[in-house]
Formats: sequence, C-alpha cells, structure tokens
Amino acid sequence: MHRLSAAIHGWLLLLPAMALLVLFTHWPAVATFIDSFYSTPRPRRPARFIGLDNYQTIMGDPVFWQSLWNNLLFALGTIPVSIALAILMALWVNDRIAGRTLVRMAYFTPTILPMIAVANIWLFFYTPQYGLLEQIAGALGLASHNWLGSPDTALLAVTIVAIWKEAGFFMIFYLAALQGISPSLAEAAALEGASRWTFFRRVQFPLLMPTTLFVLINAVINAFRTVDHIIVMTRGGPDNATMLLLYYIYQVGFQFWDTTYAASLTTVLLVLLALAAFAQYGFLERRIHYR
Amino acid sequence: MSTPERHDPYAPSGASRALESAAAWLLAILWVLPLAYALWAAFHPAEFTTRFALFAPLTLENFERAWAAAPFARYFLNTFVLVTLTLGCQLVLCTLAAYAFARYDFAGSNVAFALVLAQLMIMPDVLIVENYRTMGRIGMIDTIPAIALPYVASAFGIFLLRQTFKTVPQELDDAARVEGASPLQVLLKVYVPLARPIYVAYGLVSVSYHWNNFLWPLIVTNSVEARPLTVGLQVFSSGDQGIDWAIICAATLMTTAPLLVGFLLFQRQFVQSFMRAGIR
Repeated sequence: MHRLSAAIHGWLLLLPAMALLVLFTHWPAVATFIDSFYSTPRPRRPARFIGLDNYQTIMGDPVFWQSLWNNLLFALGTIPVSIALAILMALWVNDRIAGRTLVRMAYFTPTILPMIAVANIWLFFYTPQYGLLEQIAGALGLASHNWLGSPDTALLAVTIVAIWKEAGFFMIFYLAALQGISPSLAEAAALEGASRWTFFRRVQFPLLMPTTLFVLINAVINAFRTVDHIIVMTRGGPDNATMLLLYYIYQVGFQFWDTTYAASLTTVLLVLLALAAFAQYGFLERRIHYR
Repeated sequence: MSTPERHDPYAPSGASRALESAAAWLLAILWVLPLAYALWAAFHPAEFTTRFALFAPLTLENFERAWAAAPFARYFLNTFVLVTLTLGCQLVLCTLAAYAFARYDFAGSNVAFALVLAQLMIMPDVLIVENYRTMGRIGMIDTIPAIALPYVASAFGIFLLRQTFKTVPQELDDAARVEGASPLQVLLKVYVPLARPIYVAYGLVSVSYHWNNFLWPLIVTNSVEARPLTVGLQVFSSGDQGIDWAIICAATLMTTAPLLVGFLLFQRQFVQSFMRAGIR
C-alpha cells in the first residue's frame, strides 16, 4: 500500500513536466521520422506515403552535401580551437596575473551576449571598404578583401565568430576544474623536478579530461544547432559557402515550405547528433581518469 | 603547512609572470575589440563611425534615432514577459519532477529519467518544423507562450535540481514528515531553501539563454505584439533604412544593455552560476 502511494505521488509530481516533454520533444522527434516518409501536402494534393523518396532526394541533393560538409568543417574549425583557447585562458586566469578579474570578464563577456547582436557587430567588423578589418589591412598595405562576400573565406569568417563566442564559456568549466586539482600534486611534481609543461601534460591535462568530455559534447551540439550568425551575416551564401545543416532545414521548411523534405533533413541531423554522442561516450569514456 | 594559502611551485614569477600577463591582456583586448568598436560607433556621429579621432564629439543621437525607428519598448516588454514566463514555469515544473526523481522510488522512474535526459540531445532548437505544426494545430502561432512552451520542461533544470535534492540528508525529510508535513510542504520547507544557490544559478543561465534565443522566436512570431528583442533587432537591422552602422550598433547595444549591465554588476555570481550549472 505504501509503495502504491509512493508511485502515485511520484507520477503526479512528474506529470506536468512529462506531458510537455512528450508534446514538444518526444512526439515531434517521432513525427519528424514518420513525416519523412510522406510527400508534402499541397492544395488539392494531400500528403501520400512515398517511402524512401525523400531520402533518395537527399542523396542526390548537392546543397545537402555541401551543408553537411560545411557543418563538419565548421565543427572541426570551431571545436579544437575554442577548447585550446579555453584551456589557455583558464590557465592564465588561474595563475595570479595582474588584473585577472578584468581579464576573465573580457573573455567571458561574449558568452552572455545574444549571438544575433554580436553577429551584427562582426558583420560591421568584416564590412568591405570601411569595416575595421579592412582598415587594419589597408594600414598594413594589404589588398582589400570581402571576407563574407567571397566563398573562400566566408566559412572561416563565421567560424571565427563562433570561436570568439564560445571560448570564454568553456573557459569557465576548465577554471572550475583547475581549482579542484589538489595543490599537493603540484608540490609533488615540483619535487620530482617536472617542468611546467610536463606538469600540464602529465598531471593537469589528464585530470581535465572529464571536463573536456563535457565541453566536447556541448561544442558538438552547438556546432549543429547555432545558425543565428548565419541568418544575420550570410544567409547561407555566397553560393552556399556557409550553408549549415540547420539553416538548410530552416530554409527548406520555412522559405520553400517543403515540410516533409525538411522533416527528412531533420531526421538526418538527429541521427548525426545521436552518433556524435555515442562516439564521444564510447571513445573518451575509456581514456578518462575520474578522480 | 598551517597557512591556508599554499605556495604554488608552478606560479609564474619575474619575467615569465610579466610575459604571461602581457599575453593574457593582449588576448583580452582582442576579445573586447568588437564590442569596443560597437561602443565607438554607437556613441559618435555617423561621420566618425569608421574614422578614429581622439576628440570626436560624443552623442546619444544614434540611440534616439534607433529607439524612434522601431517599437523597441514593445520588444523589451515582450522579452521581459517571455523570460519571466519561461523561468517561472521552468522552476515549478522542474522542481516537482526533480523531487520525484530524487526521493520517490516508483516503477518506471528509470525509464522516465532516460526519457527526460533524451532532451539534452534532441533539443527544441532542432525540432522547429514539427513544433511549428503543433503550434499551428493548437492555434498558438504568434503568441509569447508559444515561444516559451517547448523550453518549459527543461531536462537540464530537472537534472540539475535532482542532483541537488539528492544531497539533502534523508533525516531532514523524515523529521519533517514525522511532524506531519505533507510531501509538498516538505519540498517547499526543506528542499527548496537548501537548493537556493542552484536556483539562482539556473535562473541566470535560463534568463540569458531565453533573452538571447533567436531561431525559434523568429519562426513562431510574425507581429510586433509577440516578437522578442532579438527578432525585433534582426527585423530592424535587415530592414530598408540602408546600412547605417551607427544606428545598428546603437540598437544592438541597447537591446543587450540590461544583460550586459547585469553581468558587469554581478560578474562573480554570473561566472559562478555558469560554473555550478555546468559541473553537476
């Protein structure tokens, strides 16, 4: 009888949150999958089952492949650099350098600002002819370059914005982890005559691995779900050079209104996210030293 | 060994300390450069936007013109309502669910918890197409609650609070029940007060997330009455008044000012909150 009342209370407490989760997370995920096997309903032509047709279209869709490739490049460009910078920032702020509070604030500020707002500022930064970057290049006697307007540099330009936005956020986690490492480890390593670099490589870095795993998962998710800067700065252009997967989904779903094709693209994105999660847990879990 | 402040043998000293400080400062300056540039453009007349002169006259005119050019007051109100509504509902729902997971042993609780955690991977940010259809079916498109709803049952919040509630000693719970308190009273009188720092942390993270959120609000709203600041800013800066960078920078700073000022004032709490919210 006691167990029964515990179960009733437990489920009652859970009910409101669970209902909304099912309505706005689980059901949409399942519905996305189901919809991807149907054609998009048009006036006088209702949706009908078309099997794998949408996926066949995806296989032959050059914009999809470009967006996937761009997304991989964007992730590979953003993640290692922002993690390396985050570790460096954390080490610096953790040492007692002069004015560390101000320095920490400078690193962290981009995190709390809306991506859409900072993307506006960076757009200005990159503007051809009179943006700040152009002026610096001009002062140094370098040739003028349209950073966002040329397909060769547009993806790099938006990658830099993402690194700038994220590094300070990740720094926070490394800072917390560094402060959790016992000072006696440093004393012991110093007695053994280990250099600063050896101490970092053999002691600090391995102990930071759980943090790195956490940050890595966050970074991968962010690389696939942030498109605010794309909407503001390039709209996927020039010539699809900055087309990312989620932006393509947005374009197909809300500009071309091809909802079931957007649903199949979303399914692909969800599978990619799941694969990334499993791969990270699988590979990294074994190489992490938990305290 | 009695002093609490122990000597760190790897703390830089002398020349290497100076070098390290210089490098750290250089990066910091680089990091605030875009923001400093926006400040410059916003507070100077348009002819100085890209011309740097030490004694260029300061002006607030850009802010006045931006404020007059779009209904920013309404956008501010919408964003305020949005973040309050979101956070309020999140706190209630997440507290109840977290309490169930932390202290109730019932059939299916493990499966339910796994279903909650699934949201950490499959986020509302990605499910825009289906959620838009759902909002269409229940007739909520272009309303503020429609922006908030997909985010209200936050897996992150439930997880965070569950971890915290689990650290509350069971004896406190038992003692309160012996005194005749109902489960909800125990939750409100014992658990919630003890988890206060976590609530503050979660609140700051949630407010800054929803203040800044853009893609979903862009999709689900299409009128001034429902648009939050981020969408309003985008409509404004991609509008047809040409590219007047001084005004766009002013509008950008204006819309982020409350967060920025809040951050500068409560810097330590912000940093600690993001830390707390992330570690557990």
